[in-house]
Amino acid sequence: MKKLVTILIFALSLTTTVTAQGFLGKSEVHGSFEADGMYYHADKDLGITDSLINGNIFGFNGFADIIYTLGDFSAGFRYEAYLPPIAGFDPSLDGQGFPYLWASYTTEKFSFTVGNFYEQFGNGLVLRTYQEWTLGYDNSINGIRIIYEPTKGIILKGVYGTQRYFWAKYAKNGRGVIKGFDGEININDVFGSLSDSKIKLILGGSAVSKYQSDQNPFYKLPQNVGAFAGRFNLGIGRFVFTSEYAHIINDPSAVNNYIYKPGNGLTFAGSYSTKGLGIFAMFKRNDNMSYKSDEAVTSNALDINFLPPLIEAHTYMLASMYPYATQPNGEIGFQFEIIYSVPKKSKLGGKYGMSININYSQMNDIARERVNDTSFIGESGTMGWKSDFFKFGKQIFNRDLTIEIDKKFNRRFKSIFKYIYQDYDISTILGHTGDPNVKANIGIVDMTWKFTSKKAIRWELQGLWTKQDKGNWAAALIEYTVSPHWFFSIADQYNYGNDHTSERIHYYTGSFGYTLRTTRLSLTYGRQREGVVCVGGVCRQVPASSGFYLTVSSSF
Amino acid sequence: MMKKVLIFSLAILISGFITAQETKQGSKLPSVNIKTLEGQTFNTKDINNNGKPIIISFWALWCTPCKKELNAYNDNYEDWQEETGVKIIAVSIDDSRSSAKVLPFVRGKDWEFEVLLDPNSDFKRAMSVNMIPHTFILDGEGNIVYQHTSYYEGLEDEIFEIVEKVAAGEYESGTK
Repeated sequence: MKKLVTILIFALSLTTTVTAQGFLGKSEVHGSFEADGMYYHADKDLGITDSLINGNIFGFNGFADIIYTLGDFSAGFRYEAYLPPIAGFDPSLDGQGFPYLWASYTTEKFSFTVGNFYEQFGNGLVLRTYQEWTLGYDNSINGIRIIYEPTKGIILKGVYGTQRYFWAKYAKNGRGVIKGFDGEININDVFGSLSDSKIKLILGGSAVSKYQSDQNPFYKLPQNVGAFAGRFNLGIGRFVFTSEYAHIINDPSAVNNYIYKPGNGLTFAGSYSTKGLGIFAMFKRNDNMSYKSDEAVTSNALDINFLPPLIEAHTYMLASMYPYATQPNGEIGFQFEIIYSVPKKSKLGGKYGMSININYSQMNDIARERVNDTSFIGESGTMGWKSDFFKFGKQIFNRDLTIEIDKKFNRRFKSIFKYIYQDYDISTILGHTGDPNVKANIGIVDMTWKFTSKKAIRWELQGLWTKQDKGNWAAALIEYTVSPHWFFSIADQYNYGNDHTSERIHYYTGSFGYTLRTTRLSLTYGRQREGVVCVGGVCRQVPASSGFYLTVSSSF
Repeated sequence: MMKKVLIFSLAILISGFITAQETKQGSKLPSVNIKTLEGQTFNTKDINNNGKPIIISFWALWCTPCKKELNAYNDNYEDWQEETGVKIIAVSIDDSRSSAKVLPFVRGKDWEFEVLLDPNSDFKRAMSVNMIPHTFILDGEGNIVYQHTSYYEGLEDEIFEIVEKVAAGEYESGTK
């Protein structure tokens, strides 16, 4: 009850602060809120026999994030409540409090932050702290950060602190303490004579270390684990090349089965861009790159670094059936994409032109060999494995070919056509041990008919055809929108090809929503299929559920 | 339990509707270091259009409604610029998974407006943006006079009506 009253009081006092013009004239308050609630009920067909999921009939995730600025000074907090967390979110989130609290002073050359902060060094291979609300992911560092720009073109950063671990306060001999340093030089800015050069070069390097006292009874673990990275970004006319290499000294942990092997990672991307055409290629390799502040943790928490997946992100219903998750113990792969706009007024392009997008991505396991005759690959307490840097392992984790065509036929009618072929290692990625790779063909048609200047109807038809796992699926969606406020939609995903007739289930949903400027409300009723929600390669399991889902969000 | 949640949601809705009635006068852009498409550091305080209106829209390669909104702006950009001198800046929050792909994508789509990269969502966070797409309109003095989340077909017409009023100095923050 007390909690509730505090929430109400600050929510209402905020509105009065905002509408009153700020007590010091130049001060400003901004914020954003979101409340997500889910109400479950029993559903015989989904095998949900009672209305409880994890012992709860209800899930609620909410936050309020406020920022206060006055000149060069700013401060803020985020209040979060999971009462209890919605099904699929880590149960350790249960509770409420202020996990994000900070103050910052920033001038032209200098920035000083104390409290919780988010920071990324380079591509994040050795340090990235960020927050993703839809996943329940937050690995902020609580400590201090200093950023210094001694002259134009040189940026130096230093960080020190401990990471957020749900609601657990930091205790001595608990999770690790992180120190990090990053320097970046823009060669064209530092050497004035090069500022007009067609060649643009930026160099950067990072050093990070974590200290965690060795409390493990079985292994003698290194208390200080260092990680280093070097990067460059080179632009030559229409080409851009960017790369980062990282090395972790050795970090035996529960994630890698306590091996003493160092970790290394490399990303390399190149692109060519000109009017109407973009070509992109990227190579990536990770070998034993998990780097967390606590050696015992295996869940989605306490990661110091970020290992981006090199796979095309799919958002359509059936296209996201088999999502890829980064394999921290080792993966190697590449991605290639062409984006081309067929010119307007040409035969194929028509009056409005047409856009074609082709992408091929592949991720394999790295090639691993035994370190010596007496230890097997990945055996704890050993050096783990040997691996040739550029060699591809035999196991394909995921590969897909995507072809997308966007065409606007006339002022009222446009369409997206998409075809995907996917080959997915469901055994390794989703833990369906022993199952063969899923090979699937996916087809999507997404059409929009704008019948007045403010009203439109959009419909999607999708199909997924495979002989593995649950067999074929079909999906359809219809959405009616009235700009700028309303949307209504109904959708269904039907597993018509399942070998077990009792499992041929319809996953239907109906939603509607209302938006007023920055405030949005949406209500969905229906079935959610069991699966995985992935955002940027970090995934959370979602159990099958049936019921109502309400989201309210606003910002000011 | 239910009661707590319903009241919390109500608190949000009330605050939302009250604050939606009047976007704070004189709210300027925060100073955040983000990147240009070529990887150069760029400070958001340097966003400026010589006294004419600016549209800032947050998007990502994986956000389909965001791409639809930007396509709609691109189709109209030439006309809008001629009439009001408006400048559109699209800020991508793609992280290192796909931020290197934004430049070839934008050129391949032949988008004419400026695009910036915010790979760790620093600018998004400082602007209190929650879900994308989220679009802001700034007046000639760099004040935020309007913002909107979600995209529905035809929204670009409303956005342009406001930009026209802002360019003519006739837009009162908090109206419409």
